[in-house]
Amino acid sequence: MFLQGYLPSIMEGTILTLQVAVSALLVSVVLGLIGAMFKMSPSKPLAWLAEVYSTVVRGVPDLVWMLLLFFGVQMLINELFAQLGWEAPEINSFFAGVMTIGFIFGAYMTETFRGAIMAVPKGQMEAGLAYGMSPLRVFLRITFPQMVRFALPSFSNNWLVLVKSTALVSVIGLNDVMYRADTAKSITQEPFTVYAVVGCIFLAITSVSDLALKRLEKRYSTGVRETEL
Amino acid sequence: MIDLNLIIERFPAFLGGTDGAPIMSTSDGLQLTLELLGLSLVFGLLLAVPMALMLVSRNKWVARPVWLYTYVFRGTPLLVQLFIIYYGLSQFDWVRDSWAWEYLREAYVCAILAFTLNTAAYTTEILAGQIRNTHYGEIEAAKAMGMGKWLMMRRIVIPSALRRALPAYSNEVVMMMQSTSIAGLVTLADLTGVARRVFSDTYMPFEPFLTVAGIYLVMTFALVWLFKKAEQRWLAYLAPRKH
Repeated sequence: MFLQGYLPSIMEGTILTLQVAVSALLVSVVLGLIGAMFKMSPSKPLAWLAEVYSTVVRGVPDLVWMLLLFFGVQMLINELFAQLGWEAPEINSFFAGVMTIGFIFGAYMTETFRGAIMAVPKGQMEAGLAYGMSPLRVFLRITFPQMVRFALPSFSNNWLVLVKSTALVSVIGLNDVMYRADTAKSITQEPFTVYAVVGCIFLAITSVSDLALKRLEKRYSTGVRETEL
Repeated sequence: MIDLNLIIERFPAFLGGTDGAPIMSTSDGLQLTLELLGLSLVFGLLLAVPMALMLVSRNKWVARPVWLYTYVFRGTPLLVQLFIIYYGLSQFDWVRDSWAWEYLREAYVCAILAFTLNTAAYTTEILAGQIRNTHYGEIEAAKAMGMGKWLMMRRIVIPSALRRALPAYSNEVVMMMQSTSIAGLVTLADLTGVARRVFSDTYMPFEPFLTVAGIYLVMTFALVWLFKKAEQRWLAYLAPRKH
């Protein structure tokens, strides 16, 4: 039997990996939008805070962030609860993984969204405000639909890097595809086959994402003339 | 809350001073990280230049294999590539029986091999993109001077593409520097590996991981600064006019 029946287990791990990746993407988009708004805000402290966030996060490896946040936050919680005299809860590793990856890629998204918002002509937003729209409505109706086109190429790249970074979450104890592969490797004694399968799974995820995002890019570029060489 | 004494006491470990030995007495920590990075970048670039030329070739039998190579290596996590090489190769008897097994069983060699193949794939794409963007005037001028294909490649196309690839390549180098942090997952004591060792000794997470984060941050800034200097030197002709 192929991999001694370990394939279903690896597929289950894949589903968990995808769940982590998609949830982390949502977190990173929210953080990225907030970061971009802070960075472009007239308030100096906010702009500075966003600058520090995007610089420091992008200057340190994902793995170090994961270890620092997972073990660090767990210790903070332990100490806090010990002082209160309560029993400390264990952090859910799914939640921890999603938050950590979301936090890291929020920094990359900050740069993506800042560039995209700046690419939309300012007059567009001013016209929306002049019509009496609220700033939120201006963002949703005017800025957002136009910035998507500029954000997509870099967004796609961030997503692909994020998916590949998700392979690291087994380090903080998540039962993901790499963790399952590790178990399967030890039992089947076929490490090459196991990791080749995992590699193919990741390749399938990145290929499908790439195709889908290319389509989306086309969709959001309707009416824009391509440069003809 | 953060124990500064612990940071000071353990700091030599990140510079090769493991177990109370003076710094640089072992290659653990910073030195190993720099070795892994430096060697894989050099080998990666040496592989990338010919592969980029193959990738832009009009002959699809030359271009397709390179395309497939970069597609596979850019589409899968580096960690999986590292595990395939480090754990995977032992599955085959012919690998274990070969002369190469002596080297391939070493985590150090496997890490350099995985990092080299990975960075070569990204660098190939960066270079090929720049070769395709070579201004047609440069090619026409080379042809008008009577240069043959290889002379033109060697004197005009490759130097010009390498220069223009600098900004994108600097990103790749920074990414690669950070990627070396996974070497610890195959037993190597690179910077992150040392930090994990200190953590498992002391159960103090902030001190070792903040220290190592600081070191990586400084290295990132140093690399960015170096590449900025390199761009000023070799890309001056593309800089915006100052007067």
